[in-house]
Amino acid sequence: MMRLRLAGKSLLNRRGTVLLTILSLTIGILLVLGINHLRTQVKESFNNTLSGTDLIVGARGGALNLLLYSVFHMGGSTQSIKWNTYEELAKHSQVKWLIPLAMGDSHKGHRVVATSADFFAHYAYGKKQNLNFSAGKAFAGTYDVVIGAAVARKLGYQLGDKIVLAHGIAEVSLAKHDDSPFIITGVLSPTGTPVDKSLYISLAGMAAIHEDWQSGVKIPLSKKTSQQTEQKQDTHAHAHEQDHHHQHDHDQEAHHEHGDDHSSEEVHVEHQHDHHAHDQSLSAIFVGLHNRAATFTVQRQINQYTGEPLQAIIPGLALTELWQLVGSAETAFNLIAWLVVIAGLLGMTTSLLAGLSQRQREFAILRSLGAGPWYLFLLVMLEVLLICSSAIVFAIALLTLLLWSLQPWLLSEWGIQLALNFITPQQGYYLLAILLSSVVLSLFPALNACRRTLNDGLAIKQ
Amino acid sequence: MNNSIMNTKTTDTGIIDGSAISLQSIRYAWHKKNPPFLVIDDLCIAPGEKVFLHGASGSGKSTLLNLMAGVVSPQSGSINLLGTELTRLSNRQRDQFRAQHMGIIFQQFNLIPYLNCADNLRMRIEFLPRDQQQAAIAQMPVLLERLGIAKVAQQQAHQLSVGQQQRVALARALLGSPRIIIADEPTSALDADLREEFMGLLFELLDEKTCLVFVSHDQQLLPRFDRVLNMQAFRAHLVATSSASEVQV
Repeated sequence: MMRLRLAGKSLLNRRGTVLLTILSLTIGILLVLGINHLRTQVKESFNNTLSGTDLIVGARGGALNLLLYSVFHMGGSTQSIKWNTYEELAKHSQVKWLIPLAMGDSHKGHRVVATSADFFAHYAYGKKQNLNFSAGKAFAGTYDVVIGAAVARKLGYQLGDKIVLAHGIAEVSLAKHDDSPFIITGVLSPTGTPVDKSLYISLAGMAAIHEDWQSGVKIPLSKKTSQQTEQKQDTHAHAHEQDHHHQHDHDQEAHHEHGDDHSSEEVHVEHQHDHHAHDQSLSAIFVGLHNRAATFTVQRQINQYTGEPLQAIIPGLALTELWQLVGSAETAFNLIAWLVVIAGLLGMTTSLLAGLSQRQREFAILRSLGAGPWYLFLLVMLEVLLICSSAIVFAIALLTLLLWSLQPWLLSEWGIQLALNFITPQQGYYLLAILLSSVVLSLFPALNACRRTLNDGLAIKQ
Repeated sequence: MNNSIMNTKTTDTGIIDGSAISLQSIRYAWHKKNPPFLVIDDLCIAPGEKVFLHGASGSGKSTLLNLMAGVVSPQSGSINLLGTELTRLSNRQRDQFRAQHMGIIFQQFNLIPYLNCADNLRMRIEFLPRDQQQAAIAQMPVLLERLGIAKVAQQQAHQLSVGQQQRVALARALLGSPRIIIADEPTSALDADLREEFMGLLFELLDEKTCLVFVSHDQQLLPRFDRVLNMQAFRAHLVATSSASEVQV
């Protein structure tokens, strides 16, 4: 007990250096724990992005590219697949369900994905969890839009709000489809996947907003703006929108009534554009099979499809492949964190070694009282353990505080759901390893203390 | 702590040759290859004897004290303390022996600065054999009171005056009633009044069974002692010319 007290008071006596040592160790340990936690959590949420989907079908090209744009909504598809292919695929005996996906539009930096009602029925993430609505329901009409949880939170949207979608995926897009506003009919519950940051419309909706653009020959992107203004005048939807806006701004009561009016109008519009949906090209198709065992067979069949060049990828394999790519960066981060820990430990050893000459008197006194070299050895060890374990305690407390305060921001900005509990068995081993290496490194000052006392005897050098 | 030392008889009756400290045929060199630096053929200090040891700086006083305290070992010869042959003990046993039977006072900075006065005394008790600890704990307030340092018992050592520090060191050396007290110039940092006060307390508190080896340059203190030893007697290059093992001042 006295020894622990002696070690504690001795450290307190040298609190300046000791606190700095603890601080540098704390930073290192914080980095190791934090990076490892982040890595585990990101990997988990990464692998949880898509589940239940057996195959992703897209135009032939890079498997990684297909995964990135269809699942993570990053980058774009260079080629599209024909609606015809979707219909052919639907006829396949093994296919249980299909989710068609068409991308290319955006809203304030968020991807707009055109899909079918099957998306809400079959898309699953995590451990085969389906999508839930926190408010409203799936889109029914052409100008209905369902938004992800993060979109709703970030942009402050609610059910019934009207939004305008832009062509292209840039944050600031000049080519806005402001002739065709959409009404929010549903808000999805948070999933911690890219779904949160996306907006979902029907294929008919996408066809409708591109209706004017697609009339006539295909127009290159840059010229579309002028095309749009030219054709704006005679659009039915445009006139309707003006009407709606007016109503919305001045008369809240009449809103409901108008809403009904609007949907009846929409049925008409939808019918009008129905054939367009069938002409439409898709970016990707998610495929669910009756029997998972058939995955490879169906994959091969799709890859050999003669209608157009297709590729089918297995999400799990592609995700693993992608993670391995990301993994090297993760290794680098980990390495840096460990280097910081090592620097901290070396700093601790250095300061202890340097402190020994100042403590000669202390050691000589203890020696005169009957302390053997072994006692002094253990005293130095004890000090190291006290330093290291308080650094560990500080690091854990600090990381908990950091996670607790950053959690909301990480979720809203990055869609990363971080758990507060970061102490896993692996983290425990890391901490143990740090503690053990501190003990090993402290052998130097501890043995030095021993040797000095044997050489110096009771002499007190001043 | 292992109490193997306790088996050796250390009472007055158990002392074989009747001396508290007996050094025989000691040869000591800094390094094994060097010629001996200290040569002590026969030095006996009786129980209760108060010995004044003096010598020039670098004459080996500290080395002699280290030898007596069992902190360093001679190349040859025997060191017998209270009937225990020190050279036959293991390092650990020697440390335990020192804790149990010796009180050591240094010139200055005797105390661990960041511990309070009472904790400094408790550090001494920490190293005593378990069965002596209770007695020492009971002894503590008495000693503090007699040495006039009871009021500062809770103060940090570095806050005490030099005189108070030396008295705490004295209290610590006396804790556990060791039979041998070694004092290495304990008064050299004190002024005349404090020195007299310290010496008075030291001789008042030492009983007749306890022997004292007192190193000092201060000839004024001589009258208090039974015997005077000069380090010159033990210097190897001087021994050849002087047959006497003890040289009076």
